[in-house]
Parts: sequence; C-alpha cells; structure tokens
Amino acid sequence: MALTKWWRKVTLREREAGHAPGEPLLEVLRVSMHYNGVVALEEISFTVEPGERIAVVGPNGAGKSTLLKIIAGVLTPTAGSVRIYGHGPQGHLCIAYIPQRNQVDWNFPLTVAYVVLMGGVGMMGLLRHPSARDWEAVRQALERVDMLDLADRPIRALSGGQQQRMFIARALAQEAELLLMDEPFTGLDLPAQEGILELLEGLRRQGVTVLVATHDLEQAAAYFDRVLLLNRRLVAFGIPEQVFTPEALRTAYGGHLRLVQIGDELIVVGDTCCEGG
Amino acid sequence: MGEIMRLLMDPLQHAFMVRGLIAAVVAGGLCALVGTYVVLRGMAFFGDALAHSILPGLALGYLLGGGSREALFWWGLGAAILAALGIGALSRGQRLKEDTAIGVLFAGAMALGVVLISTTRSYAVDLTDLLFGNVLGVGERDLIRLGIFAGIVAAAIVLFYKEFLVISFDPVLAVTLRLPTRLFENLLLILIAVTVVVALQTVGVALMVAMLVTPAATAYLLTHRMPAMMVLSVLLAGFSAVVGLYASYYVGIASGAAIVLTATVLFLIIRGIVEIRS
Repeated sequence: MALTKWWRKVTLREREAGHAPGEPLLEVLRVSMHYNGVVALEEISFTVEPGERIAVVGPNGAGKSTLLKIIAGVLTPTAGSVRIYGHGPQGHLCIAYIPQRNQVDWNFPLTVAYVVLMGGVGMMGLLRHPSARDWEAVRQALERVDMLDLADRPIRALSGGQQQRMFIARALAQEAELLLMDEPFTGLDLPAQEGILELLEGLRRQGVTVLVATHDLEQAAAYFDRVLLLNRRLVAFGIPEQVFTPEALRTAYGGHLRLVQIGDELIVVGDTCCEGG
Repeated sequence: MGEIMRLLMDPLQHAFMVRGLIAAVVAGGLCALVGTYVVLRGMAFFGDALAHSILPGLALGYLLGGGSREALFWWGLGAAILAALGIGALSRGQRLKEDTAIGVLFAGAMALGVVLISTTRSYAVDLTDLLFGNVLGVGERDLIRLGIFAGIVAAAIVLFYKEFLVISFDPVLAVTLRLPTRLFENLLLILIAVTVVVALQTVGVALMVAMLVTPAATAYLLTHRMPAMMVLSVLLAGFSAVVGLYASYYVGIASGAAIVLTATVLFLIIRGIVEIRS
C-alpha cells in the first residue's frame, strides 16, 4: 500500500541514516533545562559507550527524570544537544524509555502481550495490523524476560517486578539499543530487584546500553559500571569508587544525606528521599 | 409470546419509529465506540464541553439555514471541529488549570447559543430539540448522512487502532516510537467532534456526554481487554437505544432521556453486581 510505504519512509528515514560509525553511543553536550525560570538541569555533558550500564543518582528534584526524557527525545532541552550515534534522538527508534511505575495507568484494559507488541508499532507502519511475525517477536521478548506464561494476563494483575519485566520485554520488541529506566527498583521487594538486575546483566551481553535512574546508592555502586551523580549540575561521573567521595556526596545531597566518617571509611546512613526526582 | 411479538412489532408500523430506531442504534453505537477512548483517557468533561460548545454554531446554522437540518448539520460540524481543536490547544496551555479554562469557554459558548436562538419566535421548541434531541424526527436524508459519517469514524477507529492505543496508554512511548503524536491526538479529537454532531439528533447537546461515557464505563467494568470493551460498549448502547425508544413509545416519555436513563440503569446494575462479587 502506497500510504504504508510513505509512512515507513517518514518514520524510519532518519533511523536508517542514524548510526554514524565511530561516534559514541550517547553524547550529552552542555544540556540545560529551564522550566518557567526554574533551573532543572545546568550544563550537563557526558559520553556513554555501547554496552555500558550507568546508574544516574541524586536527590529528589535533581533532574534525573528530566535528563532521561531529554535523552529519549521526549523533552527538548533549553540549551545544548543530545547525540545518539552522532544524530539527534528524534531520529532514532532504538531508544526505549521505561516510565516510573506510578506514571502508568495499570487499569487500562490491555494484556501483557499487547503492551509488548506496542514496542513494535513504530516499525509496523500505518494501517497494518500486527502480523504473525510481530506476535512471534512478542513471544520471544516475553520468553527472554521469563513471562511467556503471563502473556494473556491483564496488566492490572501484575506484581511490581512483573510490570518492570513486561516493559523490558517491550524494549526488546522495540529492538532498543539504549534503555532508559526511571526508578525501576522503587517499591520492589529484594528478589524482584535482583530479577531485574539479572535481566540487565543479560542485556549488557547483547550490547544493550542501560541508563537507570535510582536513589539506591548501594545498588548503584554494586551493579553498575559507572555512576552519574546529579544535582541539577553533574557533580561527578565515573566508576563508583571515584564518584562516591565525601565531597561529591555532600555537594549532591547537602543535608539530605547523613554521612558518617569512621576512620577511612565513609558510611552513608540514609538519605531522606524515596521517590520521584 | 404472541403478545410480546405484538408489543415489539407494533411501533414498527410507523416509518418514523423505524427511522428513529436505526438512528438511535447507529448513533448510540458510534458514541459508545468512540466513548471507550473518552473513558480511558478521562475526557468526560471534554466531551460534555464539546457538545455544549457547538450550540452557537447550531444556532447560526438554524438562523441562516431557515430551519433546514442539512444546514444545521454542517454548521454544527464546523463548530464542533473548531471547538475540539480549540479545547485541545487550551488543555496544552499552562497558565490556567485545564478544566477551569474549558469551563469558562463552554458555558460562554452555550450562553451565546441560547442568545442567538432566543431571537427566533419558536425559541422554546427549537431549543428543546437542540438540547435534548428529537430522534423521532429523523428523516431519510438524515439517516444516510448518519450512516456515511458513522462509517468514516468507525473505519478510522479500526484503522488507527494501535496508534490510538499507544498515544492513549503511553504518550511517552508514542514519542520514542516517533509517531506523530500531536497529529493522532488531534485526529481523535476530531473523531469525537464528528461523533457528537452525528449523534446530536438522538439525544441533543445536554445529554451527549452520557452517550459518550455511560456504555463505555459499563463495558470497562466488565472486561480487561480493549477489543472486548469496544464491542460490549457498542452492544450496551444499542440495547439502551432500543429499550429507551420502546419505553418512549409506550409510556410517552422523551426519547433521548429514556435512552440515557436506560444506559444509566444498566451501568448501576452492573456496577452493583461487580461490587457484590468482589
């Protein structure tokens, strides 16, 4: 169909050209974001290589969600630019954004399989109903997150961990190369958190790059290649040992983090924030 | 048995009842189909405001068209599309809360409509028809027009099924999939607008929101699957239309209100059953 062809051209054009060789997977260049005069992000610059797992940490209101949404191309920064393989995010279908669980209407009358199918809608084209091949992709994605048996379940009947795994399956169906997750561990019990971390490990082996916003500093230090410490400005970015210094943590958290110095050891007693950010 | 058949067949002796039944079922079904999105996206107030905002358009069509329903339809359609896109743009603004801005505009538009209609001599009768509908006055040309527009809207809902679902369930995903989100959002608003105008003769401006949300809300209570919700919603609306019209025939009550009341009672019964079972 002519219309379908035109549609694929319109939606896919930039993606085909989008991966310039030799460019870093993600390059954030002097990105600033102002909402009605309030500074949400100021002059953020950093680069991420393919297959890295990055934890984005910082207190409530540090701009973690805003940063992820700018990288996804959902928000346009006030200044600066984001490059994915050398092109702006708007040209890419390979970026998946997984929302915070409380941002989703779980009473929507959808099955798990259909939500996963949605990841492929961008490549399906206009006026085309999902084919057997599209459903096969859904099946494979669900198998990879170990949720095949829940394919026909309404999404309202899922546990928190299953909700996250469904969205990871959707990112797989989207053939995402860059996965952005906003507070995926918030409100999950420990086994569910470990299940998600294992999945992320598997994704890394397939070359999928993952940026996770989290407020769990211990998890960030234990499971991620590099940590980006954010509080409107980029406070520090590097391997956990380099980032989690007393100075950097104090700069980022101010009075919201209780640090206890015992000899050479720095102990974080707790941060007052829990969700959002 | 024969008695029941007689009760059912008797009204069909009248051509106006047959036309009214067809119109009520088609218009009701269309409202219910589009209404699934109105319910899921939380747009009930938008639907209500939209229906009321077209009153000045209808009034102008009435004054300029000399009472022809053709003129009324096209003026209504123009007003509805303008109002839908206007309210859509308004809801993206940030200064005022969305519902406040809509409230100001739609009451103002409605007042303007009433003022315009009040310049005519048969003011009370005409206003009543516009406000509450007159499904028994549906003519053959009205039916054809209803059929064509209902077909177009239903086709769009089916053809763009996955796109409308994505922008409704997860607008952020729609953006990362690089779908033209704004285009589909406006298309959905226009489809709702066309539906409201097409269904106007059935229940009128004042009760329109019930046609959009009540059957869809009932269906929402009964299923967790979108296609099933759409089918159930349409069936419930069709059933309400038939029951309402028969009630109106035998008891001599206003047809549009009877249809809406039937749908409301169905909702309350099913709500009650669901409540008890859980």
